[in-house]
Amino acid sequence: MKLADAFASVTRRRPAFIPYVMAGDPDMETTAAVLRALASAGATAIELGIPYGDPLADGPTIAAAGVRALAAGATVEAVLALVARIAPEISASIVLFTYFNPLERYGLERFARDAAQAGAAGAIVPDIPLEESEELRAIFAHHGVDVPMLVAPSTPPERAAKIAAASRGFLYVVSRLGVTGAGSEPDFAPLRSQLSTLRAATDLPIALGFGVSRAEHVRAVAGEVDAVIVGSALIDALAGLRGTDAAAATTRFVDELFSGS
Amino acid sequence: MPIEPNARGYFGAFGGRFVPEVLVAALDELEGAMRAAFADSTFWNEYREVLRDFVGRPSALYPARRFLGENVPTPLLFKREDTNHTGAHKINNTVGQALLAMRMGKRRLIAETGAGQHGVATATVGAKFGLPVDVYMGALDVERQALNVYIMQLLGATVHPVTGGTQTLKDATNEAFRVWAARVEESFYVIGSVVGAHPYPYMVREFQKVIGEETRAQCLERYGRLPSDVIACVGGGSNALGIFSAFVDDADVRLWGVEAAGEGIASGKTAAALGAGSVGVLHGSRSYLLQSERGQVLETHSISAGLDYPGVGPEHAYLKDSGRASYVAVTDDEALGAFHDCARREGIVPALESAHALAFAKKLALERGSDALIVVNLSGRGDKDIAQIRALGERSEGTR
Repeated sequence: MKLADAFASVTRRRPAFIPYVMAGDPDMETTAAVLRALASAGATAIELGIPYGDPLADGPTIAAAGVRALAAGATVEAVLALVARIAPEISASIVLFTYFNPLERYGLERFARDAAQAGAAGAIVPDIPLEESEELRAIFAHHGVDVPMLVAPSTPPERAAKIAAASRGFLYVVSRLGVTGAGSEPDFAPLRSQLSTLRAATDLPIALGFGVSRAEHVRAVAGEVDAVIVGSALIDALAGLRGTDAAAATTRFVDELFSGS
Repeated sequence: MPIEPNARGYFGAFGGRFVPEVLVAALDELEGAMRAAFADSTFWNEYREVLRDFVGRPSALYPARRFLGENVPTPLLFKREDTNHTGAHKINNTVGQALLAMRMGKRRLIAETGAGQHGVATATVGAKFGLPVDVYMGALDVERQALNVYIMQLLGATVHPVTGGTQTLKDATNEAFRVWAARVEESFYVIGSVVGAHPYPYMVREFQKVIGEETRAQCLERYGRLPSDVIACVGGGSNALGIFSAFVDDADVRLWGVEAAGEGIASGKTAAALGAGSVGVLHGSRSYLLQSERGQVLETHSISAGLDYPGVGPEHAYLKDSGRASYVAVTDDEALGAFHDCARREGIVPALESAHALAFAKKLALERGSDALIVVNLSGRGDKDIAQIRALGERSEGTR
């Protein structure tokens, strides 16, 4: 499903839910089961990580998940095959999450075309800032694949407005300095000071990520942001589980995350 | 004049800034402060004063008369970076970055290190200037380089073992970037080579170009001419760019970068990014790197920990593709041979990194006549490698 359609169907009771899952961790069948469980539990979009051995923007949880997925043989081709299989079955949009080097190696044009054909709605590339992303954004736009861009707490207002204007699908607002991970608390102060700038620059849904891991975090920003992105906490909750066990744990995790929302 | 990167930090097609958005503002702040400092003569005066009084510069340009053997008449000079305080060229750069950090009001230093040389050089300036230092080092390297870990601790630095990935320099660099991202407001990330996102490759070269400036002046003063060939080892490539930069406009001076072939380029157990790699993005910039067909960064191998790195500075990629510099690779065994020759014939125990440059000098000297003038950048001393060499020696004694 296109991201615009997915967000249009969100009821406003609570922020939309965008979980992050590492494809192929610990195997593709488990990932397939988790994707279905997430969609059933009401995910609006799902970030599907393509594993990379040197993930600069990620903390230890997602980095370790990537190592496990690579060891299990996950490749770009295998992840796209999974998307092609699952995307038609589920209501949530699938947004690929990939570092730039494996993406460029696969080929920007080829990746955009194959991702679109597989039914992916978007692609996030966390290590390519606005200045380096022009060609990529143009190619992906041509194939109808949205590229959500990231704004950090350290991003000055003028630059944040430019990034917001260039973003497609949604705008990914990073809650705190540093990397992904449930370890330290998210900080909502930078977000609050940036929100008016961002809202003025774009009509896109605003999604908050990095450190969002618990129900109280979701409640704290409900009404301010349109979506919450949760990755490391979900991966921690699925540690060591496979297949239907992982799917059941996924459902419990989502129930807990939105309890009281 | 050394090559200037363009406004986005590119040397030709190489360089740039491939980093998470969270680091862009920090890199902008760093670039602004760097440009202001570089335009300020008081900054350079202080830098030169510290290099003179603390590092012990200028380093000598030494005629190595016995290294090549009696039958080879080619004049050979060593630029003696091994005589610097802390034993390598690394300190030129850490002095510059520490001074810049203080100018920016940063209160802590972060560094990555492989063998520990850059970690020691950063811990040293941290102690000298009173700045706390956090060093990130692969857990495997912490084990292999216990002595340097202890020296860093003696100097007051905190060494953090990095357990992710291959537990070596590549992963230590990833971790240093991540930690910097979380602490950009108070911390300054001191990168140890001409790698990373713009402006690091340019800035580190500017802090190392003193090697080339001295070499050029010493050559002209003593020999009345420029060298025919300049040779330096290349891991990330900072000692090489330091000496090359003074000669890039002198078309008659041939520049040679020597990478670590490891067990041989074809063996797959290599660290020669320019010789065996392909173009990609690692640690924030576009350059050559050792990577798989699928764009995953490969594990590397070299007898020399300082050259055991899958990437290389973007300016080297530019010098390679433009043809201005030539890049060759030397195996572990060739480097070891040169290491022993240098110790026995010159009374200098070189770093294993520098031994790669020396090994190529032996080959090149055979092609050059007595009117050539070859300069080797002897980038560091070999004290740090003694335990490793000794273990290798005992092993080969045993098999004889």
